[in-house]
Amino acid sequence: MSNAALEMEAAIRVEAPPFDVAKVRADFPILRRRVYGKPLVYLDNAATTQKPRRVIEAITRFYEEECSNVHRGVHWLSQRATDRYEGARETVRRFLHAAEAREIVFTRGATESINLVANAYGRAHVGRDDEVLITAMEHHSNIVPWQILCEEKGARLRVAPIDNRGDLVLDEFKNLLSHRTKLVAVVHVSNALGPVNPVKAVVEMAHARGIPVLIDGAQAVPHLHLDVRALDCDFYVFSGHKIYGPTGIGALYGKAALLERMPPYQGGGDMILSVTFEKTLYNTIPYKFEAGTPDIAGAIGLGAALDYVESIGLPNIAMHERDLMSYATHALLGVPGLRIIGQAREKAGALSFTLDCAHPHDIGTIVDQEGVAIRTGHHCAQPVMERYGVPATARASFAMYNTREDVDALVQALHKVVELFG
Amino acid sequence: MPELREIYQEVILDHNKNPRNRRCPPEANRIAVGHNPLCGDKITLYLLVEDGVIRDVGYEGSGCAISTASASMMSEAVKGKTVEEAEALFCRFHALMMACPQGAENGRRVELGKLRAFAGVREFPIRVKCATLAWHTLEAALKNSGETVSTETGSE
Ligand SMILES: Cc1ncc(COP(=O)(O)O)c(C=O)c1O
Repeated sequence: MSNAALEMEAAIRVEAPPFDVAKVRADFPILRRRVYGKPLVYLDNAATTQKPRRVIEAITRFYEEECSNVHRGVHWLSQRATDRYEGARETVRRFLHAAEAREIVFTRGATESINLVANAYGRAHVGRDDEVLITAMEHHSNIVPWQILCEEKGARLRVAPIDNRGDLVLDEFKNLLSHRTKLVAVVHVSNALGPVNPVKAVVEMAHARGIPVLIDGAQAVPHLHLDVRALDCDFYVFSGHKIYGPTGIGALYGKAALLERMPPYQGGGDMILSVTFEKTLYNTIPYKFEAGTPDIAGAIGLGAALDYVESIGLPNIAMHERDLMSYATHALLGVPGLRIIGQAREKAGALSFTLDCAHPHDIGTIVDQEGVAIRTGHHCAQPVMERYGVPATARASFAMYNTREDVDALVQALHKVVELFG
Repeated sequence: MPELREIYQEVILDHNKNPRNRRCPPEANRIAVGHNPLCGDKITLYLLVEDGVIRDVGYEGSGCAISTASASMMSEAVKGKTVEEAEALFCRFHALMMACPQGAENGRRVELGKLRAFAGVREFPIRVKCATLAWHTLEAALKNSGETVSTETGSE
């Protein structure tokens, strides 16, 4: 067993309550529903996760009992809503192990967080002939904002390659760092193939040259213990809806010193201290980056989701999902003509595969008829698909509430595909 | 509940396994590309049009069973037809997929024949774009518009 695994086991013994998947499942109302008369088998968690009752109730409670705008009123309700909203920010801080709550900016999600950094940090620091370095396994949301920035500034987007297994080639990554590199943006866990990137090494390499690093943690936070201070990354982004929270809310973590020096992203209410037609004074961080009325209920829901994850225990979740991943890998390879795309050393959450006899789209339609929800297509990572020479894959992705029976249902459904097309 | 057999009819499975006219006719004088990036379906369609008649048709590309079978059956259906007949057939097919009587009226002069097999796809709304890709590509080739067509909208 690796050191990390041993540490994790030790952590489980110390802090976390025993993991009971049946109990977890009971917390998610939607898992009781049926699809086409069959029990729902939800294996599209990398797209979005289902929500526990606690999150749904937190949102309902806000609208039924606490609804008001934040930071604006002297009245009781507004105070209450502000407390709840800022309480959620503190929960996010605790979850990421950030130093201060003002380092947490609420956004619409990972995509908006990246756009915020590209616009506020990027436009101030990236100039003509400079470079932004990403990897070949990025989600479109960690490609396109940098392309737009580079186009505007006459800068260049450089792409660190991945090897045949799907691992980042660290040597090549290092070679691509230069005095021109003004920012590194790397995915923590890839949504298309599931590898876990060596982000600690990435940060160290970039910092050795004084280059700040943004980590896209959209697929990492639901599966891995995270400590942004230990990681020492400069920016970390994620979406609430992929970690059992509502859609439309997410966060940007940024080191306070960096955020403070960044110009605002959007203008409007809340992000200012005073406005005259001649001059506007911007608010302090994080409010400088939160123009307009935020998704208050969303933030509260996100806080509830992170509380829920902590109550189950990330080490427990990680262990359970690791068991599912290895069980699924073996079970899937028993399906004739099935090929798993991406054999990275360490994977979290997702398995991408193809079948010789059927296109992923047909696989998706057929397993759907069995009540099994998986994702098919390019997973917003067309460059990854091209790298492997496939137009699309089918992807099963796991969450804490999935079971070995879910995997069995998928495998059975895949045998139906083979029957029809084989 | 929609039945799988309705979408994956024998004739569709057969054309998926053994696509007809999958080649590039050397004398082709019209070409168009259809691409649905979300599902990864891609078709390059070649036509030889002379004196208002589609004398030859071929295509290359890859895609799901529905789009592959649709390209194959479309190629058989329009080969030897006049451009007007092919346009009318496009209307009929479109009407079949969208359950649209106006299109059926416009395409009244031609028979759908085997193409009726695609009626079952209607029960799977997100797969309709797979069935119609080859036909929209045909339309583009006939118009020689030079644009890449797609029957996808929206995002992942
Ligand atoms: C790795 C990764 N980054 C970013 C995103 C974008 O997340 P969102 O659409 O919630 O902003 C996703 C979502 O699929 C993702 O998987």
